[in-house]
Amino acid sequence: MLSVQQLACERGGKRLFSDLSFTIESGQCVQVHGANGAGKTSLLRIVCGLAEAMQGRVCWRGADTRLDPGSFRAELVYLGHAPGLKDELSAAENLDFQSQIDGCALSPLQIETALQRVGLGRQQHLPLRRFSQGQKRRVALARLVARPARLWVLDEPLAALDHAAQQLVSQLVAAHLQADGLALVTSHQPLGVESMDLRLGA
Amino acid sequence: MSAHLQACAALLRRDLRGAARRPGDVATPLFFFVVVSALFPLAIGPELGTLRLIGPGIVWVGALLSSILAMHRLFAADLADGSLEQLALSPTPLGLLVAAKVLAHWLLSGAPLVLVAPLIAVQFDLGFDSTLVLMLVLLLGTPVLSLIGAVGAALTLGLRGAELLLCLLVLPLYIPVLVFGAGAVQAQLGGLGAHAHVSVLLALLSAAAFLCPWAGSAALRIALE
Repeated sequence: MLSVQQLACERGGKRLFSDLSFTIESGQCVQVHGANGAGKTSLLRIVCGLAEAMQGRVCWRGADTRLDPGSFRAELVYLGHAPGLKDELSAAENLDFQSQIDGCALSPLQIETALQRVGLGRQQHLPLRRFSQGQKRRVALARLVARPARLWVLDEPLAALDHAAQQLVSQLVAAHLQADGLALVTSHQPLGVESMDLRLGA
Repeated sequence: MSAHLQACAALLRRDLRGAARRPGDVATPLFFFVVVSALFPLAIGPELGTLRLIGPGIVWVGALLSSILAMHRLFAADLADGSLEQLALSPTPLGLLVAAKVLAHWLLSGAPLVLVAPLIAVQFDLGFDSTLVLMLVLLLGTPVLSLIGAVGAALTLGLRGAELLLCLLVLPLYIPVLVFGAGAVQAQLGGLGAHAHVSVLLALLSAAAFLCPWAGSAALRIALE
């Protein structure tokens, strides 16, 4: 499904990785390992199409993602370091906005269910500036619950989360893989699901 | 197509709603415009002929400066909280989303100027007809300012000293709007009628509305790298 071919990346004049190839099939998860600065985030951003690779290409369903980015993005969820949420809006409003931008608008009931799933059922109408860092991450996770996307690209999904929320992430990823989804994840902690390991900077 | 429009409408709604909860961000450029325009009659004195002569130009310079004041925030907040990445990853073309953001910016920064323009026009003794022309050209010209400014804001996004650089980059590009906007009111005051100037402003608006969102989205993709 997703195949990365001979990817090379350079940042600030330093070669981070080169000739990197791997594939992810339905129901598989690849976990990217590497020290800080090894290029994990750069790799994820290249796969999503947010950054350009020096060389190589990323193919989705056999076609280069740069040729038809719209249909690739429709099947992709990317969760970066900054969750892309607005402090002035409530959790429910943020999720509603995000779903419409993603091209699959959710009903108020779906939003409520998703927020309940991540343990924010009672805070869903509070503005996000009253939330802690971990609670904001939970709102971002609600996107994963709510949106039917085939490929998940998660950058440090366990950061700032408590134990219960970390287990929730494991459950979500496991359920996603069970449903024939694909996941590309960086994490310094064990994810708790069966995954293939990819080491950068080795 | 309807999904794209829905995404744009959602972005417009989000920006307007966010601004409604931070009213200071909207009020500051507007008060800046009113105060700057009001300083000139006080400094120059109550000579009506002079005031009428300089009035349109001063209103336009005030509009330019007030538009640039809010401009650098257009994408900076979205970059900082990560929502710009999410916009770039939306199946909706980024150019359309940029257009929606510019529309929100204009509704919050340009449209209020059109509404307070009669208040400023009184200070310069512009008269009823010329005030209407002033409002019309502001209505056509301020969206052009927002559109051009958005390209500048995208180009300078994430740079050090972005605010000053944005002014230097964008203010020269505002000159045609300034010339024809102020010229329209002066032509009306001189009895020539403002039709020609209004047509040029309409042409500028069409060209900017067509080109700027795409230029802005290309600049944003570079800024995100």
